[in-house]
Amino acid sequence: MDAILLILLIVGGATALSWPLGRHLRQAMDPVSLDGAAGRVDRWFRAFGGPLTRGDHGWKRYCFDLLTFNVVMFAISFVILATQQWLPLNPDGKGELEGSLIFNTVASFTSNTNLQHYSGEASMSHLSQVCSLMWLQFVSPAVGLAALVAMARGLAGRAMGNFFVDVQRATFLVMLPACVVLAPVLVLLGTPMTLAGSVTATTLEGAEQVIARGPVAAFLAVKQLGTNGGGFFGPNSTHPFENPNFWTNVVSAIAIVVLPMSCVWMFGRIVGRMRHAAVVFAVMTALLLVKVGCAMAWEAAPTPAFASLPILHDTGNLEGKELRFGAAAGPLWAVLTTCTSNGSVNCMHDSLNPLTGMVPMVGMWLNATFGGVGVGLINMFLYIVLAVFLAGMMVGRTPEYLNRRVEVREVKLAVLAVFAHALFVLGGTALFAATPWGQSTLNNPGAHGFSEILYEFSSSSANNGSGFEGLGDNTVPWNVATGLVMLLARFIPILLPLAIAGSMSQKRSTAQSAGTLAIDTTTFGVMLLATILFLGALTFFPAAVLGPVAEHLQFMK
Amino acid sequence: MSSFLASLRICLVSLLVCAGGYTALVLLVAQVVTPHTANGSLVTAPDGRVLGSERLAQAFTKPDCFWPRPSAVGYNGAGAGGSNKSPTSTDLTERATKTVAEHGASAARPMPPDLAAASGSGLDPHITERAARYQVDRVATARQLPRKQVEALIAAHAFAPGGFLTSDRIVSVLELNIALGRP
Repeated sequence: MDAILLILLIVGGATALSWPLGRHLRQAMDPVSLDGAAGRVDRWFRAFGGPLTRGDHGWKRYCFDLLTFNVVMFAISFVILATQQWLPLNPDGKGELEGSLIFNTVASFTSNTNLQHYSGEASMSHLSQVCSLMWLQFVSPAVGLAALVAMARGLAGRAMGNFFVDVQRATFLVMLPACVVLAPVLVLLGTPMTLAGSVTATTLEGAEQVIARGPVAAFLAVKQLGTNGGGFFGPNSTHPFENPNFWTNVVSAIAIVVLPMSCVWMFGRIVGRMRHAAVVFAVMTALLLVKVGCAMAWEAAPTPAFASLPILHDTGNLEGKELRFGAAAGPLWAVLTTCTSNGSVNCMHDSLNPLTGMVPMVGMWLNATFGGVGVGLINMFLYIVLAVFLAGMMVGRTPEYLNRRVEVREVKLAVLAVFAHALFVLGGTALFAATPWGQSTLNNPGAHGFSEILYEFSSSSANNGSGFEGLGDNTVPWNVATGLVMLLARFIPILLPLAIAGSMSQKRSTAQSAGTLAIDTTTFGVMLLATILFLGALTFFPAAVLGPVAEHLQFMK
Repeated sequence: MSSFLASLRICLVSLLVCAGGYTALVLLVAQVVTPHTANGSLVTAPDGRVLGSERLAQAFTKPDCFWPRPSAVGYNGAGAGGSNKSPTSTDLTERATKTVAEHGASAARPMPPDLAAASGSGLDPHITERAARYQVDRVATARQLPRKQVEALIAAHAFAPGGFLTSDRIVSVLELNIALGRP
């Protein structure tokens, strides 16, 4: 009963909020009219972006500007991290960071992944946290949102827009206001927010306890809203300072999914097909709820390792979980954070029951059930292209989407993007499972160790950022390999869909006829769901069997 | 080149606004409205010494105190973390065997699972109400207090973290031990 109420509160709350937010996103990102305040803000952004922002561009120019912007993001952030030992706001005297770790961290935060091979309270100065890592958590989701808006415009048959205007809109009209609302709420609920350094306590039994602190609330708000997930502290939202109580947990969980949900409505508004958006939303929600159900059921089994001991076996697995969030909060969050590309955790995924641990992996393999801010729906677009293609093949008609033909070129590009994800996950896992690069870094033997490697590459390629954190992943091979995967897996699924949208926007709009595939019906929803599941299962099922399923069977009684 | 300059300008301004202005604003709100929690909910002795944080578990090993859940990081407030062991791991069985012995659990008197399972942060300040009651005998004997009095203390400090949304009541170990020490 607790569990159902919690799901209703979090998923229902986020769904309800996503509707008005979707309307705001449309107005902020792609204003219909530029009268009054909207026009003034727009002129501001254009004045600021310089001569390049005068007009709208095609997809090539848009992509070029997007990449340049990311190079500059990467460079600024890299310089701050590489020089943190000399910079101010370092009350605890944090030292130099190792080169490959800096590369990995900056790649991770630039690509909106926020995989962390460091532990915040041990390695990062307050300046690095705020000006490098937190700043990237603002602009990287903004880049994703800009890309989605451009794609939507292209599919609506318009020019793609202007990247520098879009990215400012996303940063200053979406991310910033949302965080300015959320952060004070988190503060009022008890989240720490200070620039002071750590404090040394003498415990009741006379031991010393060093207590790390910092500007957590500000960091936390953008971490959740921007599908970032990079924690201030090592254990992320399990830490009592990063998630102090039941209510911060609820608010954070809603913040994880609300913007990706709103993106679907924004897309519907821009292309003018709200019923189609509702079908896509329903498909995503169906996948989300099935995963939540599975995770909660499997996690209700008691810890297998305690089976032979005089311990009560009437409670679900509690290893790696906090008590203040309630029993259902761990598996629910695990699903939400991997449905979206958030990647923050409120329980240790490495210690989830074997089958439960597979659920977050499924989320990252599909990577389209709401997904990252902007990019989640871009990933879903790839599945939609494949679904309309398959549907077209079945009835022997040229497939169409939004009244534009989907032809060989578009399908090829979509397959390439989907294939890249599979290659990064499975290829990386194979390489590291076969070599000491991976084998010597495991925290658990056997099938669970394989799962640790598989999870790490899934998380990198899905730009998620959560982990089976027992893995000793701060090594040069891991830092370099996952750093490269994160960057490639970020930009390939942005650039290729923009290319597809670009080529589709050039095509003549076809007239609706009785033979046109209706994309706002339940039938289409089922077709889309089947496409996602078949592709996902065919690609990743063998790996799932070697990892979590094998571990489950091994301990089955 | 103009693309690069536009990127640089927008990056620097967003850095100023989002990292600078936003952080300053949240900091101001926090330090003015909720200074206690904003600074880490520190617990201080009457003489001003910091005893710990209300939010963080600390080690308790003596028989006259309530014990928290195990911690994979030794209750390190500057290096938090979980065990990250698979729930099927024999390492966990070994660790829990030790914890079982410490609590003197037996088949006749099995212990609540939260006392055997390490939290994700290693700093979970709470135990379940029944895990506190499980320790009443030891604490009451060591302190030479009536059982009733210790149980009343637990009842007074236990709470449902999510109100009617959570059915299991929990209690803060540090709070309980401080209350025990009060005359």
